[in-house]
Amino acid sequence: MGEVIVVTSGKGGVGKTTTTANIGTGLAALGHKVVLVDADIGLRNLDVVLGLENRIVYDIVDATSGSCRLRQAIIKDKRLEGLHLLPAAQTKDKTAVTPEQMKELCAELKKEFEYVIVDCPAGIEQGFKNAIAGAEKAIVVTTPEVSAVRDADRIIGLLEAAELKEPKLIINRLRARMVKAGDMMSIDDMIDILAIDLLGVVPEDDQVVISTNKGEPVALDEKSLSGQAYRNIVKRIRGEEVPLMDLESESGFFKALRRLIGLK
Amino acid sequence: MLDFISRMFSKENTSKNVAKERLRLVLVHDRANISPQLLHSLKADLIAVISKYMEIDEDALEVNLSSKDTQVALVANIPVKKMKRAVGD
Repeated sequence: MGEVIVVTSGKGGVGKTTTTANIGTGLAALGHKVVLVDADIGLRNLDVVLGLENRIVYDIVDATSGSCRLRQAIIKDKRLEGLHLLPAAQTKDKTAVTPEQMKELCAELKKEFEYVIVDCPAGIEQGFKNAIAGAEKAIVVTTPEVSAVRDADRIIGLLEAAELKEPKLIINRLRARMVKAGDMMSIDDMIDILAIDLLGVVPEDDQVVISTNKGEPVALDEKSLSGQAYRNIVKRIRGEEVPLMDLESESGFFKALRRLIGLK
Repeated sequence: MLDFISRMFSKENTSKNVAKERLRLVLVHDRANISPQLLHSLKADLIAVISKYMEIDEDALEVNLSSKDTQVALVANIPVKKMKRAVGD
């Protein structure tokens, strides 16, 4: 029996879909059987982030309404054996699926998959309620900005009210240089304010844009820092203890420069 | 010069601390689930009660929630214009 994890944030644009794609990719790369569920009905995006947009025939609404069998709607990834996608419908809206249908769907999926990862839409309305309906665990994604952390706080409250206890936090797009200069909230600042456990920190990285352009999740990129961050997150989801990457140490050149001008 | 650079890097007025402070305050209100209307009517009631005893500057009156560590406090700043003369007795 697998587990159902919802990836949510409240605010849009903080990286829910990218996070979902990379967690799924990372888990599948370690040999797990994973299905990613795009719950953002009407604004389908997980397919393009994974590079699977040309393979869609049926979608989540077809599957829940009985227009097709669930198996027919699930797409297999082209690179990784264990990775699967249940795409959102693009022409319907959030009311096309009910929370009860989501619950049934997740229960069905976890019989066959080790991990069912649900990509939640932004907002706190119907789409959010649907996305969390069948979940047992939750991951909250935020960025180091006042607006994103505020929304994350609201989401944590709503998750706890829905009996999704102890959600875990991913801090996305952290810029170590700005944190160092005192111009960006640090990991500790955010943990302090939100009072939840940290699952991981992903640094701001151009490579994420480049890999999304190509439809290849950055978790497959051995050399990128963000890819490493996602792979660490994946290991923690599996229950392994992995220390946080040292993002706050700077490169040799700047360190030498700062020492030179006497700033230690 | 060095002094100037060091001051730029000093902890006090960094934009990060401004962000943290603003966030703290916003979250106190969010978590307490207190609407601006509620705060407004609380303000009106406060004015009505205090006006019985002293003359206050209603326009300058400020009522806000604030937080320190884990405690939340209701902080009211009420400028007094004039104390009312004791009546009777």
